[in-house]
Amino acid sequence: MTSQLKGGQLNRRSFLRTTAAAAGGLIVGFQLPETSRLSAETAALKLNAFVHVGTDDLVTLFIHKAEMGQGTVTSLSMLLAEELECDWKKIRTEFPGVDREYGPNQGVVGSASIRSSWESLRRAGAAAREMLIQAAAQRWGVDRSVCRAENNTVVNTAANTRVSYGSLAEAASKLPVPANVALKDSKDFHLIGKPTKRLDTPAKVNGSATFGIDVRLPGMLYAVIARSSVFGGKMAGLDASKARLIPGVKSVIPVPSGVAVLADNTWSAIEGRRALSIMWNDGPVASVSTRSIFQTFTERTEQPGAVARKTGDGDAALAGAAKKIEAVYAVPYLAHAPMEPLNCVAHVRPDSCEVWASTQGQTAARAEAVRITGLKPEAVQVHTEYMGGGFGRRARADYIGEAVEVSKAAGVPVKLTWTREDDMQQDWYRPASLARFAAGLDADGWPLVWTARVACTPFGGGSRTAVEGVADIAYAIPHIQVEHHAVDPGIPVSYWRSVGYSQNTFFAESFLDELAAAGGKDPLELRRRLLANSPRLLAALELAAGKAGWGRKLPPGHGLGIGLSNNIGSNTVQIAEASVERGKVRVHRVVCAVDCGQAVNPAGVEQQIKSGIVFGLSAALKGGITILQGHVVEGNFHQYDVLRIDEMPAVEVHIVPSQNPPGGIGEASTPGIAPAVANALFAATGKRIRRLPIRVQDLA
Amino acid sequence: MPAVRFTLNGKPQTVDVVPNMPLLWVLRDTLGLTGTKFGCGMALCGACTVHVNGQPMRSCATPISSIAGKTVTTIEGLSPDSTNPVQLAWIEHDVPQCGYCQSGQIMTAVALLAKTSRPTDADIDEALRNNICRCGTYDEIRRAIVRAAEIQRAQGGAK
Ligand code: FES
Ligand code: FES
Repeated sequence: MTSQLKGGQLNRRSFLRTTAAAAGGLIVGFQLPETSRLSAETAALKLNAFVHVGTDDLVTLFIHKAEMGQGTVTSLSMLLAEELECDWKKIRTEFPGVDREYGPNQGVVGSASIRSSWESLRRAGAAAREMLIQAAAQRWGVDRSVCRAENNTVVNTAANTRVSYGSLAEAASKLPVPANVALKDSKDFHLIGKPTKRLDTPAKVNGSATFGIDVRLPGMLYAVIARSSVFGGKMAGLDASKARLIPGVKSVIPVPSGVAVLADNTWSAIEGRRALSIMWNDGPVASVSTRSIFQTFTERTEQPGAVARKTGDGDAALAGAAKKIEAVYAVPYLAHAPMEPLNCVAHVRPDSCEVWASTQGQTAARAEAVRITGLKPEAVQVHTEYMGGGFGRRARADYIGEAVEVSKAAGVPVKLTWTREDDMQQDWYRPASLARFAAGLDADGWPLVWTARVACTPFGGGSRTAVEGVADIAYAIPHIQVEHHAVDPGIPVSYWRSVGYSQNTFFAESFLDELAAAGGKDPLELRRRLLANSPRLLAALELAAGKAGWGRKLPPGHGLGIGLSNNIGSNTVQIAEASVERGKVRVHRVVCAVDCGQAVNPAGVEQQIKSGIVFGLSAALKGGITILQGHVVEGNFHQYDVLRIDEMPAVEVHIVPSQNPPGGIGEASTPGIAPAVANALFAATGKRIRRLPIRVQDLA
Repeated sequence: MPAVRFTLNGKPQTVDVVPNMPLLWVLRDTLGLTGTKFGCGMALCGACTVHVNGQPMRSCATPISSIAGKTVTTIEGLSPDSTNPVQLAWIEHDVPQCGYCQSGQIMTAVALLAKTSRPTDADIDEALRNNICRCGTYDEIRRAIVRAAEIQRAQGGAK
């Protein structure tokens, strides 16, 4: 990021060695300052894996995670800086390479960055601060206890003098890293909990931020790959003669995933690919279509499945319930469609490999390159670049492996670009799913039993991703039984922002609303009662209800609906106001209360809550990937539309004050928006939405 | 292949590429100006928006041959120091998340403010509705445009 040279990439490893040697072994981990002004006076000295302090007083923070828009660079910097007591204006950030010092699995999935770094980064900041204080105490010949760190300086409180971090850097870097430095009490935080501007904004308003797709190397060729449109199809024959005639095309190379066309620019590579003639053997998935998949889901859920949760006795309770309610819900496959299409730059040499990638999984990226090249992990370097969105797609390393394959075969640096069509038609999708519910009410109309059979393609081991959000509901219902049918039609599926909650929270929160209606209960009242023993959710519910004005008189045709979720360690309650206007669903306003524990950067929390709502609303109102004879029908944004600025509701975010350890935030608000809107539309129209995307004809 | 001459960010530029190559790829691959982004390649998302003779254009759907003799401005040429009112307002409102769509959003907003010094919500909807942001920065974009208009009026920059 900031300090990487593009083009004539300086090999950091050899550079480190040289500078260390030149400086008599004193300088470890020298980094180039932002503008690449390279001079001895701006040497940055390593205090630990996360903090380097420059002799020019600039502090470089190493962000071992990755930035896909979720604000990690800023929030992780805040954790380090809180204890380091550095000047926020003197911070530089950098993405380091893959290193065990940064944990066994570097990457950004499951909204876990803050949660996993909450302690460790504050400790790293505190340890570095202590080293600086120690260095100052030694210089002054005073006891450590009279020294205190403040705003990039160490103050001698006895003599009332101060010295800058920059001038202490060299001495500090020679001190041992202290273990077990005490951390601040939360009441003493001066950075954590304060709305803080993003560190990456300036580079993102003038075109200078480097995304993976922007990396350029000398002698690099541009590649695209032709892949089987049918999942699992294999190449049976290739005629590349026309492609080779396209101006700019350099070579055509078969690779494991298809046929790579290399050219001296992206456009020629795309044109070359268009001119290929390839015979494919489609394989068994060619008989699969959306219709057949849902037919299988429907049939399977008529039978009992594998039990994912059992509390009480669902069958007996259903048989004895005063009133029984049944409903079937369904959602389609979804693409991630990050704005930056997938891409990767790779340079494979006989004894080394470098990869430049916008990736959510640096460790996985390196493992993929190691697998393909047969090199030792130490010989493979992964350069983390800004991601133009990830949403789970960039947790997979398939596109990185492809670039490594192409560079390995071509013997030159290669930038592989996926077109938008590649991105949409060769995704690892949010799985389609169908849930068959049966619930019973007691004689007073309160829920007694909740059962569901979910048919979905599981991934990531076990049934968790298929049933989370339906099986782990927080509601105190005496009998709960959730069963799962694993159905794998051969369509690739994987993590999509909020994973199983993205569909199951829609199912569960909508069906709960059905129970409220069937029992003659107010949806808020019902949730209050069932959450009596979940104080954090209850508090978020009350906050949202108060701010949204639950029960107030609404404009004609408007309705309010609730969507609640507790995923990634956070509790989120949304109340949407929606109507049908001129043949279109209109979401006017969303009030979201979130208890995410200690909010490290409240401004970032607000951004992410809005972001998750837009993402979920795109899916609820528009999203759907159609499978036809084993391939995906939708290819670009005219067929897979997403929310636009004129459809953006007014969103209000209310953060529940908390000193609990932080929860995740990047995926907190995506699950709840679809049911909040569907429930609001029920309140407005009396029509129940049981299938996404919401179709206005279902509301007539 | 006849060379194409045009003005790019205030300087004369000549490129010698196939005539139907979209301006987007000329900028990004041939000239190394990577601030203009590829999002869809079909004039559907707005990520590749640049100004051609002051008008917002989708560079992914603009063959290089069609811009001979014209003036092209990209995000890199908007201001030397990020002081265009739209950039200032974008920083003030911390608009970008991933940032990938933002070059296109900013170029579109600048073009809007060149026409309209006091854009209404409807003007903003109309001008920006074909610029997709998957991170959902729409709220901040709207506020920042209103703010940019204020800055621009204070500078006496537009009608
Ligand atoms: S890349 Fe040109 S409009 Fe999307
Ligand atoms: S900021 Fe990420 S797509 Fe707009």
